[in-house]
Amino acid sequence: MPVVGIPSLLRDFTNGQRSVSVEGATVRQVIENLEKLYPGIQERLCDGDRLRPSIAVIVDGNTSTLKLRHPVEESSEVHFVISISGGTLELLRKA
Amino acid sequence: MSTISVEEQEKQYRVIGKTPLRHDGTDKVTGRAQYGADIRLPGMLYGVVLRSPHAHARILFIDTSKAEAYPGVRAVVTANDMPDVESKIAEIGEGSINLRHQSNNVLAKDKVLYFGHAVAAVAAVNIHVAEEAAALIEVKYELLPPVLDVRMAMKDDSAILLNDLRTDELGKKGDRPSNIAGHYQIQVGDIEKGFQAASVIVEREFFTSMVHQGYIEPQNATAQHNPDGQITIWCSTQGSFGVREQTAEILEIPISKIRVIPMEIGGGFGGKVGVYLEPVAVLLSRKSGNRPVKITMSRSDVLAATGPTSGSYLKVKMGASSDGKITAVQALLAYEAGAFPGSPVGGGMGVMFAPYNIENALVDGYDVLVNKPRTAAYRAPGGSNAAFACETLIDELCQKLEMDPIAFRLLNGVKEGDRRVDGPVYQRIGFLETLEAAQNSPHYQEPLKGPNRGRGVASGFWYNYGGKSSASASVNSDGSVSLSTGSVDIGGTRTSIAMQLAEGLGIPAESIRPMVADTDAVGYTEGTYGSRTTFATGWAAYEVSKLLKATLLERAALIWETASDQIRYEDGVFACGDKQMTFAELARRLDETGGPVVASAAVRPEQSGPAFATHIVDVEVDPETGKVQILRYTAVQDAGKAIYPNYVESQMQGGVAQGVGWALNEEYLYDDQGRLVNASWLDYRMPVTLDLPMIDSIIVEVPNPGHPYGVRGVGEVPIVPPPAAVANAIYHAIGVRMNILPMTPARIVAELQQQKG
Repeated sequence: MPVVGIPSLLRDFTNGQRSVSVEGATVRQVIENLEKLYPGIQERLCDGDRLRPSIAVIVDGNTSTLKLRHPVEESSEVHFVISISGGTLELLRKA
Repeated sequence: MSTISVEEQEKQYRVIGKTPLRHDGTDKVTGRAQYGADIRLPGMLYGVVLRSPHAHARILFIDTSKAEAYPGVRAVVTANDMPDVESKIAEIGEGSINLRHQSNNVLAKDKVLYFGHAVAAVAAVNIHVAEEAAALIEVKYELLPPVLDVRMAMKDDSAILLNDLRTDELGKKGDRPSNIAGHYQIQVGDIEKGFQAASVIVEREFFTSMVHQGYIEPQNATAQHNPDGQITIWCSTQGSFGVREQTAEILEIPISKIRVIPMEIGGGFGGKVGVYLEPVAVLLSRKSGNRPVKITMSRSDVLAATGPTSGSYLKVKMGASSDGKITAVQALLAYEAGAFPGSPVGGGMGVMFAPYNIENALVDGYDVLVNKPRTAAYRAPGGSNAAFACETLIDELCQKLEMDPIAFRLLNGVKEGDRRVDGPVYQRIGFLETLEAAQNSPHYQEPLKGPNRGRGVASGFWYNYGGKSSASASVNSDGSVSLSTGSVDIGGTRTSIAMQLAEGLGIPAESIRPMVADTDAVGYTEGTYGSRTTFATGWAAYEVSKLLKATLLERAALIWETASDQIRYEDGVFACGDKQMTFAELARRLDETGGPVVASAAVRPEQSGPAFATHIVDVEVDPETGKVQILRYTAVQDAGKAIYPNYVESQMQGGVAQGVGWALNEEYLYDDQGRLVNASWLDYRMPVTLDLPMIDSIIVEVPNPGHPYGVRGVGEVPIVPPPAAVANAIYHAIGVRMNILPMTPARIVAELQQQKG
């Protein structure tokens, strides 16, 4: 099962657990399954049908451009990290 | 400059790694290159923007009647001419944008939020008439208390800039108005246990001032609104597609109606990603009866009203064991966002400890509004502030542990398979290689002698970014290849992209004719930022080379009446048995084999390959005056594969120069009412050639496995270490730990006096 790193500000949902294993073939499915385990967590990660702009998702070490649609393998690591913003546009990794 | 290759089996390239003449060189050195301010169109009007003299005030009314009646004036606009866009996050191609904030920054609606905030604009037959008319616009303000300090802004009793703003903590909103737009956190391990395990603990506060990107060319925009609603914009921007999208969203115009033509650019460094003038020029053009309107900022406008990067407050604590292993870190970062949310505090949080293996960490970051210009990206946004704090404390740990600073970093530094503090695992990276190269450098090997002289070391990290890029090419009958990309050329990327196409085709770089195309002429391409252009647009060019090659093999097969898989192609020569034909010879015969050969490709790579750097600097400090003289500087950086080594060196040297300015001289100075008092090059002190020695560069090549040629971005990481490296050198010269940027002579003298008691 993919391992998901839980952002520290959301660990109240997981009783302090820093990572959890959940099923899912895409980031979206992983989040939906997280929601089943920890009701309310999806709303903190997503704004409607997309990731919150302040969050970037890293799958297996790479910042995903497909975000919720990104495929996830059984052995994948998924991390939700702070999006790197920098002014007018809240962009990833820009300058 | 020297290059150290860390490839196990180095690939042999024909073009990559060489230094061909840059394609735009002649135009640049002869002054023929066309910049935005060079635009002159029939019937063109000149625009002027009226700016707020106050840092924080409510706009009670704006009376433009006198300006409108002034002879020669053709249009006056205010925020009332803009659509009343709602406060929502819009996904545009490059990221997300709060439309209301962006719109209100372009022209203030209800409040002005910083000195220089645009309030109205005039278009007239010449610039003088426009300036005179702008002075006739009457604006009545109700003054509000300015909020100028990031820590004051965070207090409960602070004046509030945006009454509808609530602190966001990953989707959880605060219950009352606040200047803290966001709170972010990274937490791993157990810092209490980590600090208990430490033999040495250091802790300090750090303060950094707001600084500007300092590009030479001011912002400018010319817009032509046509009666049919089609709009053309000529401007100085890092990303033409971003200008198109932002203008479209703010003015609620379909993107298909807008064509953006990027002119040559005189520097950007992140400051020319967001729009300022473009929507205003469009409004003025439309209101003036479809006359073209050009607006060019003055230097004062640039400094007062375009995105600087954040000033910041940081409090950092680090612990290490007696054998030099970092046991725990704790940090608080509060970054000034300026007037609207969006400081690079997230970047700072990630950069701060990224070079090191750390098991126990707690990092809190705050994005804080103050009555200063909305911040924009600046070269490794947020990174220099954070590294100033972390790398200074590492030097202090080394001092207490009596360890060599490079040996300490080698002991704690990250490598492939290690985990970044915020979670992800590193792929192939070259941090340790930069440390080893620094350690073995002639600079580090040579002891520094003399009174009041000191040597400082600091390291830095930057994520780098991939993003979306497109490229199109066509083979010409003379054997050249025309290449169009949407990447604005800031640091020589026409050539570094062309070289990747040339390498793929096995022909000289000089045979490629690269051009920067407008938004109607090439596929979507993100801006030149994030150290992404040579990486991603270069990759698109590589993909184009594969497509062209496949087609050309078919054409050669037609000529030789054989199957394409019977043909070899190497070093620009097609061969089949004993028959041979050069690329140029085949290009001449395209008409007889089916006509033009063209190809386009688009990419969105994700493995951008992080960059690391280690810098060494020697300084001499005059204890009487506090003046710091840089004696020697060596920058070491992992560039992946350096496509054009001289450009890589230029990026490294440029980052150092800007970082030294940030370290020693540059800062925004406001009076107690929030008025910027040093909005000129004379008073905003950037380094000049006399302030800097020759900067030695050592390029370490640890190829990025996520790129066909091993490229990593190189533009941003060199600005991360300099402030800390210089601060550490000052300490070793005179025994004073500086915790404020810039480290001006006055501040150094004050610290020395305090040290003496």
